Amino acid sequence: MTALTRTLVPGFRIRNSWIVPLLIAGACVFLVIGSVQSSLFAQQTVSGLANGGIYASLAVALVLIYRATEVINFAQGGLATFTTYIAWQLIDWGLTYWLAFAATLAIAFGGGMLVELVAIRPVERRGNILTIVIASIGLLILAEGAVGWIWGAQVKFMPSAFPARVFHVGGVAFSFQDVGTIGVSIASVFVLWLFFRFTKVGLAMRAAAVRPAAARLVGIRVSWMLSLGWGLAATLGAVSGLMAAASPSVLLQPSMMDGILIYAFAAAVLGGLESPAGAVVGGLSIGVLLNLLPTYVDWVAPALLLPVAFIVMLFVLLVKPSGLFGRTRVRKV
Amino acid sequence: MRSSLVARSAVIGAAALAIALAPFILSDYNRSQGADVAVFFIAILGLNIVTGYTGQISIGHGAFMAIGGYTTAILTHDHGWSELSTIPLAALVGFAAGVIVGVPALRFHGTYLALVTFAVALAVPQVAKNYSHFTGGTEGLVLPAHSGLWLYGASWTAAAILFVLAWLILRARTGRAFRAVRDSEVAAASSGVSLAVYKTVAFGVSAAFAGVAGSMYVLVNNFVNPDLFGLTLSLYILIGAVVGGLGSLWGVLVGAAFIQLLPIGLTSSHVLSSQSVPVIFGAIVILVMALVPRGAADLLRAIVSFHVRRSSNAPSP
Repeated sequence: MTALTRTLVPGFRIRNSWIVPLLIAGACVFLVIGSVQSSLFAQQTVSGLANGGIYASLAVALVLIYRATEVINFAQGGLATFTTYIAWQLIDWGLTYWLAFAATLAIAFGGGMLVELVAIRPVERRGNILTIVIASIGLLILAEGAVGWIWGAQVKFMPSAFPARVFHVGGVAFSFQDVGTIGVSIASVFVLWLFFRFTKVGLAMRAAAVRPAAARLVGIRVSWMLSLGWGLAATLGAVSGLMAAASPSVLLQPSMMDGILIYAFAAAVLGGLESPAGAVVGGLSIGVLLNLLPTYVDWVAPALLLPVAFIVMLFVLLVKPSGLFGRTRVRKV
Repeated sequence: MRSSLVARSAVIGAAALAIALAPFILSDYNRSQGADVAVFFIAILGLNIVTGYTGQISIGHGAFMAIGGYTTAILTHDHGWSELSTIPLAALVGFAAGVIVGVPALRFHGTYLALVTFAVALAVPQVAKNYSHFTGGTEGLVLPAHSGLWLYGASWTAAAILFVLAWLILRARTGRAFRAVRDSEVAAASSGVSLAVYKTVAFGVSAAFAGVAGSMYVLVNNFVNPDLFGLTLSLYILIGAVVGGLGSLWGVLVGAAFIQLLPIGLTSSHVLSSQSVPVIFGAIVILVMALVPRGAADLLRAIVSFHVRRSSNAPSP
């Protein structure tokens, strides 16, 4: 396959296949050397990776739905907030953290399928992309509003699954919180990959996303695969929300995921919007970038992180709209 | 066809009369709420130009309102301008901001454009928070207060002028070009409509309207801070445009009244708490998209044409 991509300069073309691995390898070398040189750098990189894990799982959720329907689900963050509050409620009722975690994922899965069935399918039947995007914004308002209505707008305290201690590796202090967040996020994405790669349902879902008409011909219920996709996306979103709520820098409140959704957008766009692996790499890169920038660049205040993510997104869309891992698409007219 | 035109003129006339007479029976507090309706009216009018008529989705109109609002606030607070004289400048700054967003937007379609404008809506208040030297940061700036009557008069005058302006733009060559771009970019381009020019102009004009809305919004609230222009504002403007009807000028009034008056109605009638408002808004947006994607305008059009058909089908005595 000749994956050629046009850059900003007309006529100047770069081959996709080697430049992306080179870029990623370069970034990894930079991070490793920096971490060896300075313990602050190492610490910031690891907590950046932890944040990145949160962005990555939400970004993969976005990618799942985008691949199936070519629509960005603006409600992904709102739904994640809703499920996180369910987990808070279960813990408040006396469940242990991991029991509540598992129950929440199950509820999120069912809830995601239900949402697709009730809110998205009737709209999709009519519609163009604009209608579905607006419906998903309606869903975002609905989900965040429901959180505020049921649980109130005050900040809640979410216990963490991981001990609030640190451990030392070579003079660098790492928190269990950060390492645990990275572990859970990456593990959940990995499980999802196993599901898509090695199960029959996973194969059917991939077929339904790539060639709906052909999939229908071989007997796949494409509409059910869509619901299933929404269920899985909501589950991943729930993982992201739970990890975010446990992080010390995020407060459990109705608008908790608004900012994180933008970081996940940036991550998904950086990865190419169609590639789950790209979303993971994008999420981790955005997480590390947004953690290292304020540490080392004076004028980047914490309030400017959202604008920075926005600029990254805009830059990728303008220079290489297919992202790091995406394929260049020819648009039909 | 003719009867629907008459009906439409009658509706617009009645609405204009009601708006003009309303301040004489309202309390001063209600008048400032009425001024808020005008603010949303202007903002939705602007959004409708770019999303309803040109087909370019924008979820970031709160950001353009913020830019207009801060223009007015900074000029009156720090530089001693009179409030009303800042409004044309707010429109100009809004126009410039719209063009700046509109130029990269030329390369984006549908979902991507939604994504970028959504990020603009979240990013701009953060920028205002950060450069507190100019904007007063999180606390913001306080402006002199005005009576409800003054606010009502000023904001509805601005709304009326902009409504006529929008009508003039949309009925002429530019408006036809906008609609051509919306309906089919390929067809528009092959009939000689420059996509780049008209999309950018649509964004600019639309953002100029939003700038004026933002500047009136700041005057009505008599203060400005980043939270005033949060994501909720952008989303509510979009709800208003959707409920009123994308691509319908007089649906704008329905949309503006809907987002401003429904929360007040719900809260004051004690049917539901104010907390439930977003839930109801969200549900209504999904319902509208599923049932009548062109909003209230479409619904009314369907009813009117149904009646017209019925009366013309009725046997004459």
